[in-house]
Amino acid sequence: MTVMQASPSITKSGTKRLQQALRMALRYVPLLILIFFFTFPLVFMIVSAFKVSNQQIFSDLRSLRAFLPVGDLTLENFRFVFENSNFPRYLLNSVFISGITIILALAVNSMAAYALSRLRWRGQRLILSIIIATLIIPGQATIMPLLLLVATLPSVSFADGVSLTRGWLDSYHVQFLPFIAGAFSIFLFYQFFQEIPKDLDEAALVDGATRFQIFYRIIVPISGPVFASVSILTFIASWNAFLWPIMTVQSDELRPVMVGLLFFFQRNVQWGQVMAYTTMITIPVLAFFFAFQSAFVKSIATTGIKG
Amino acid sequence: MAAIQMIQPVQKGRSSPDFISGWGMGSLAFLLLLIFLVGPFFSGIWYSFTNQRLISANPTEVVGLRNYTRLLRLGILPLDPLLDESTGEFQRDEAGNLVFPRSRAFTRDEQNYPQYAGLTEWFNIDRGSQRYVVLAGDPLFMRSLVNNFFFALVVIPLQTGLGLLLALLVNQKLRGETFFRTMYFAPVVTSLVVVSIVWRFLYDVNNGLVNEMVRSVTFGAVQPINWLGDPGIAMWAIIIMSIWQGAGFQMMLFVAGLQQIAEELYEAAGIDGANSWQKFLYITLPGLRNVMVFIFLTITIAAFQLFDQVLVMTNGGPDDATTTSVFHMYRAGFREQDIAYASTIAVVFFLIIVTVNLIQRYAIRERSARS
Repeated sequence: MTVMQASPSITKSGTKRLQQALRMALRYVPLLILIFFFTFPLVFMIVSAFKVSNQQIFSDLRSLRAFLPVGDLTLENFRFVFENSNFPRYLLNSVFISGITIILALAVNSMAAYALSRLRWRGQRLILSIIIATLIIPGQATIMPLLLLVATLPSVSFADGVSLTRGWLDSYHVQFLPFIAGAFSIFLFYQFFQEIPKDLDEAALVDGATRFQIFYRIIVPISGPVFASVSILTFIASWNAFLWPIMTVQSDELRPVMVGLLFFFQRNVQWGQVMAYTTMITIPVLAFFFAFQSAFVKSIATTGIKG
Repeated sequence: MAAIQMIQPVQKGRSSPDFISGWGMGSLAFLLLLIFLVGPFFSGIWYSFTNQRLISANPTEVVGLRNYTRLLRLGILPLDPLLDESTGEFQRDEAGNLVFPRSRAFTRDEQNYPQYAGLTEWFNIDRGSQRYVVLAGDPLFMRSLVNNFFFALVVIPLQTGLGLLLALLVNQKLRGETFFRTMYFAPVVTSLVVVSIVWRFLYDVNNGLVNEMVRSVTFGAVQPINWLGDPGIAMWAIIIMSIWQGAGFQMMLFVAGLQQIAEELYEAAGIDGANSWQKFLYITLPGLRNVMVFIFLTITIAAFQLFDQVLVMTNGGPDDATTTSVFHMYRAGFREQDIAYASTIAVVFFLIIVTVNLIQRYAIRERSARS
């Protein structure tokens, strides 16, 4: 910058301010370089989704054009994914499965945590210890016996009249029922409810409210942050589910987006179309995350520190 | 855990005032956890002692420890080089190397060598004129375990270091801190399947962005790297991608830890004339100890859960260089429908996690005993 050689009269405060600005810039440079490192694959993915052909994507790789929306841009890839693949169906399936999982998980786990943290009943301490003990079991350690279990559980079929069939495989409910109750979600709710003063409940009890009314009218309205954290954790887990639906769902019309992506990808080498697909299923998660960002960060922080 | 002690014991006399509402509000969750978590956990342990299959016409039988011996058994087979009958000297191949008999000659000869039955060659070591063949009941599982440990050993220091660096950078009370934090965290919430497909493209030998970037940084000095096709490199490719994907999570944990350290400690150290490096070494690092132990645990667990990347990017190959225990479990339980064997892998996997967890408990206890 040549501005530095200004008239001597302003140099003193000028250089000082400049030095300050320089120091500030130096602190931001590593942060910006790291932004590039952490976002370049995602930027590349989104930008490539708008490019016309493999050829264009490949030739742009040799320069920064790979990360810029330049050249022939088109929505053709998105149109193709929507019209020539089962993507709309996959999307609907995933929205339905994630939505119902979140709603049921919030209701079931928050009630259980409320009972565990603020009520007194026989068996309470035992149940709480069991739930905390199960936190150590990683999901993959139970997935194989769970697969056998859902393959043998009875299921009601309405195909011709009402009849009982064997096995939950290849259905919607196999994709959400096993994942509604979660020890970790109960634990997060439990921690939050412990912090709420007990006087609130006592006062309402004196006024004749039932325990469920207290929960529904008093506790739920002031527990927004923990409901947000559990929603986002549940949403991410269910939206990104992969190993489980791969094993339990065979019909194309029941597949969620991630499994659908694998099949779409295996049949298709038009990178623009693949990137359009991945972009469309990534944006909802990122949006959900940005929206609930602060609540989410807080919940991670507490779990990390308390270990 | 402290949380349990916070409940006062139920007093006698009015022992269970909320019995109905307590069980009423909790039972649905408890029932679901029992059916879908506790139940499968214990039945998995049971299946590991049987020959349970996903679909089978024959009744299930108890087979004792057979699954465990198949999974974990190891053996060593010492081999002498073949002798040339006419000269009485060692046979040599065209390159001048000693020629050894095939290990299969022993492992498949149950009559003469019952101790090697059911084992297959895993790898071998040559010492002097002797060759020691290490045999395993399931060499592919051993290979998977080694891969898991290798992944953990590389990822733990790199991801912890990167996470700490990021946390220190975003924790400078700068404008836009939240923005930077959110950006670094974005890959964590992105699906591993999506990330793996995008990186598979980035890693492409001929048209990959990674090779293009390497080429332009080194001005073409480095030949294109076959990231996913070279058995010596494929695991590194998965490691680099996984570090990129998960570092933001470690950063968040470190940021939370940093904010727990009292500001006064730094002020006091400043008065005593400590420079920033000393402050980092004697205040920041010890203050982050618990977080570090927790991070060690989470990365180790993640290392042993490695699956999505492998299935999408390499399918375990090339030459089984990227196979992992969960991938092996998936292969056994789903593709071969051998639930019993897959459950055995799951039990071993669980025991490893418990061991790591106990180490974590021990590390934290040691510290609280000292202070």
